[in-house]
Order: sequence, then C-alpha cells, then structure tokens
Amino acid sequence: MIEFTTSRHNPGIDPTLHLWGWEIPVYLFLGGLVAGLMMLSGYHILRAQWDRDRAHGHYVTAPILSLVLLSAGMLTLFLDLEHKLYVWRLYLTFEIASPMSWGSWILLLVYPALVASTLLTLPDSLPRLTRMVPPLGRAASAFAARPGLVHLTGFANLILGAMLGIYTGVLLSALGARPLWNSALLGPLFLFSGLSTGAATLHLLAHLGPRAKRDDGSFGDALTSALVHWLRPPEAHTDGNRKLAQADNSFLTIEFALLALFLGGLMTSTEAHQAGARLLLSGPWAAPFWVFVVASGILLPLVLQFLQAQRRIQATVIPALLVIGGGLALRLILVSAGQASHWSIALH
Amino acid sequence: MSRYIMVIDTRRCVGCHDCVVACQTENNVPAGYCRDWITETARGEFPTVQLEIRTERCNHCANPPCVYCCPTGASHIHERGGVVLVTHDKCIGCKACLAACPYDARFIHPEGYADKCTFCIHRVEKGQDPACVSVCPTRCMHFGDAEDPLSDVSRLLASRPHHTLLPEAGSKPRIYYLT
Repeated sequence: MIEFTTSRHNPGIDPTLHLWGWEIPVYLFLGGLVAGLMMLSGYHILRAQWDRDRAHGHYVTAPILSLVLLSAGMLTLFLDLEHKLYVWRLYLTFEIASPMSWGSWILLLVYPALVASTLLTLPDSLPRLTRMVPPLGRAASAFAARPGLVHLTGFANLILGAMLGIYTGVLLSALGARPLWNSALLGPLFLFSGLSTGAATLHLLAHLGPRAKRDDGSFGDALTSALVHWLRPPEAHTDGNRKLAQADNSFLTIEFALLALFLGGLMTSTEAHQAGARLLLSGPWAAPFWVFVVASGILLPLVLQFLQAQRRIQATVIPALLVIGGGLALRLILVSAGQASHWSIALH
Repeated sequence: MSRYIMVIDTRRCVGCHDCVVACQTENNVPAGYCRDWITETARGEFPTVQLEIRTERCNHCANPPCVYCCPTGASHIHERGGVVLVTHDKCIGCKACLAACPYDARFIHPEGYADKCTFCIHRVEKGQDPACVSVCPTRCMHFGDAEDPLSDVSRLLASRPHHTLLPEAGSKPRIYYLT
C-alpha cells in the first residue's frame, strides 16, 4: 500500500490539474474545422482552374465562413490567456521548439490566404454585397483574371490548412507530462477530424442553401465510391451533395482508423500511458467518448452517409450535424481527460 | 560553466514547513499559493512501514519541457547555473508550461504570469543560499554547484545513495534526494 500526502495547494493545479476550460477545446474545434474548409476550398480552387468550365457550387462559402469561424476561435484563444495585455509578445519571436509559437505564426499567414480566397469567391458567395460595392467586384474580377495568383491562393489554402489542422494535435502531443496526449498520431487525428467536420459543414450548407447547378469535384471519394460503384453503377449526372457525403465518409474512415491506432498505441505503452487511455476507454470519460465521439460522431454518420450515397435513404442534414458534434466532443473530451492524466510521483 | 543543484537529505527532513514559509516570505508569494511544499510517502503495511518526507519544488531540469513549449521565450534557462526562470513581462499566461511540467511545479500568479521556484537566484547571485536552505532547522537541504567536485552537493552525491523524482519523464531533474 502507498499513502501519499502533499501540502501543495495551488489553485488550478491541486487537487487535480485544471488549466484549460471550454475556450481551448472550442478553439481546437474551430481551428480544425477551418483547416478542413481551407483544404477543401483550396483543392476546389485548383480544380476549378485546371477544369475551367466547372462551377464553384457550395465551396464558395467556405472562405468567408472560415474567416468568421477562425476569428471566433482566436477570440476564445485570447479569452483563455491569463496575461492578456502581453499577447503581442507572441509576434516578437519565433520559438522553434514550441508548437504554440508555430501556431501563432501559421495563424498570421492563414489570414491573408483566407482574405485572398474570400475575395476570389466573393461574387459567388456574397453577390449582393459585390453589386453594392463595385470596387469589390472589380477587385475580385482582376484577381480571378490572374491565373498565377489564383493558383497561389489555392495552394496556400491547401498547405496552410493542413498546417493549421495538424499543429493543434502536435501542440498537445508535445506536452509529454500528460501521457494521454503523448502520441504522434494526435496531429494526424486532429487533421482528419478537421477535414471530416469541414466536409460536414459544407454538406450542411449545401443542404440549407440553393442546390448547385453542376456537380462538383470528387475530392477524397476514392474509398467509398469504389464500394458504392460495386453495389450500384454510377449514374450519368451526380449530385454534389452526394459527393460531399462520400468525401466525408473517406475522412471519417481514416479518422476512425487513426483514433483506433492512437488508443492502441497508448495501451501498448507504459503504465502511465495505459492509465491515460483507460480514462477514455473505461474510465470517467468513457460514456461521452463512446457515445458522442465514436458512435454518433463517426460510426452512425458513416452508415447514414453510405446509405445516402447509395440512394437507399433520403439525404438529410443529420449525418453532418453528428459529425460536427463528434468533432467538438473529441476535443472537449481529450483536453479535459488529458489534464487528469499524469506521471505519478506517488510511486517513487 | 556552473550547474546549480539541490541535495536534500530525506533522513533529516521532518516536514516542519519552515522552507515553505521562508520561501513565501522571501519571494512575496501570494496567499494561498506555494512555490515549494512537503510530501510524505508511506509504503508497506504495519509493522513494516517505510516513510519518506520530502521538500519539493521546481526541479530546474536540465532538459526542461517547460522552456521548450514556451511560445514567447518567457520561460528560459538563466545564463548562470542552468536555473529555469520566467520573465514576467514576456509571459502571456497560456499555461502550456504548466501542462508541460511532469511535477506540476508551476502555477499562475494572480497577476497573470506563470510562477515557480527560482532557486532564489537574487540571493544566490549575492553569494547567499536560497531562503529555504537558509532556514532549515535540521540542515537537511544543501545547495551548490554540481560542476565543482569540492562542493558540498558534489561530495554528498558521491558518498550517499540518492534518487530524483520521475526520472522516466526524461526532463533530467536537478534536485536529488538522499535516502
């Protein structure tokens, strides 16, 4: 038997670590979602350039939505700081070993990329504003007339979106004192979670907005379309919404695999890592993890979107909402449980 | 190049908390917070019980994760002695260093910056011992330069069995407990 007593009583540290509340998980969720939107819109901008007669469809809302959501995310980041008046210190240095320093500079670069893609898609996303403010329309047209700039915007959104999506997971995984987070798979997991929530957001907007006149790019549908086409041959005209559902399913499948590998890696590691994983698998966070992240956040939307892609059930917004909820739940649970995971000094 | 370390004799520490109060007084630690603290670990079952009393604080690690994760460079290694310090007006209070510390040795000061034991560097640079070491009534605490083979700390480490806390965390702590 080991009995451990300590006289330390620091607020936020004892009896259990409580550093980050809702602000950080909400930023991680919004950052991941924006990363997914950026990668999808960046890819689509490039596809639209290469295949000149394709319409933009519902991807046109991604840039302006990203600007709004990322700004909201950065506000929550700012709210979390305890020494807010010194936030400008982030931009006086680049600490190469600090993922948070990487992130603050990535966020600085993301904004011009988003402003560029927003300007490019403004005539389609906000046509009334473009008509009311003619200089905006002229600027958008001048921008679209320069293929080099458009290519650069597409690549910038794709690359910076990937960096934004992955750095948040790397940031947590670099904090080795919290064994639950200490896995190299956390970065890719957050990236694919961001892609799936981004695709789900576009899917939601496509359902709520006017239907696209033409079908759109089929980014990422290789995994599900192979199975779908085996069961039912493809039709002559495809629905853009169906393509998004297929893309989302590919991201969800990879996300599920990464989640399984992440937990498997922890369970085959040290006692401290196993204890961290057990917090999610069978401990205090097991119920919300299995229900909101795995079942309703990944598996149920996979099944529903697969059936929708096969036209066996009606397409609805439900899978998209479940995926978005699952992405938020994943981050809320991981940030909260991670703070409860620790190396135990009591064993020495 | 000096390397400041602390060596604490757990067979002499009685857990009186003089070091805790001295630190709070010397460094104006806000009420309700502590930069150092006492732990007691009891192992076994009666009548075969072992008890270790330790005075703990920031370990001023040689491989400090709290320094690597800091996005502004506020958390840094002092040029003298390898002491890990925080520059208050560079700290943004992001709490990454608190999450990075395997010993949970840091806390957020009410004024918003990350705070912790500084090895009383302001006293050490005047040739004095840290406040906690100065007041210890059993003289169980020793502070000195590990690079000096003639220092008290080097001699104690060479002659007595000792351990550090959580060596498997990989941070290379610089506080040694004599057993």
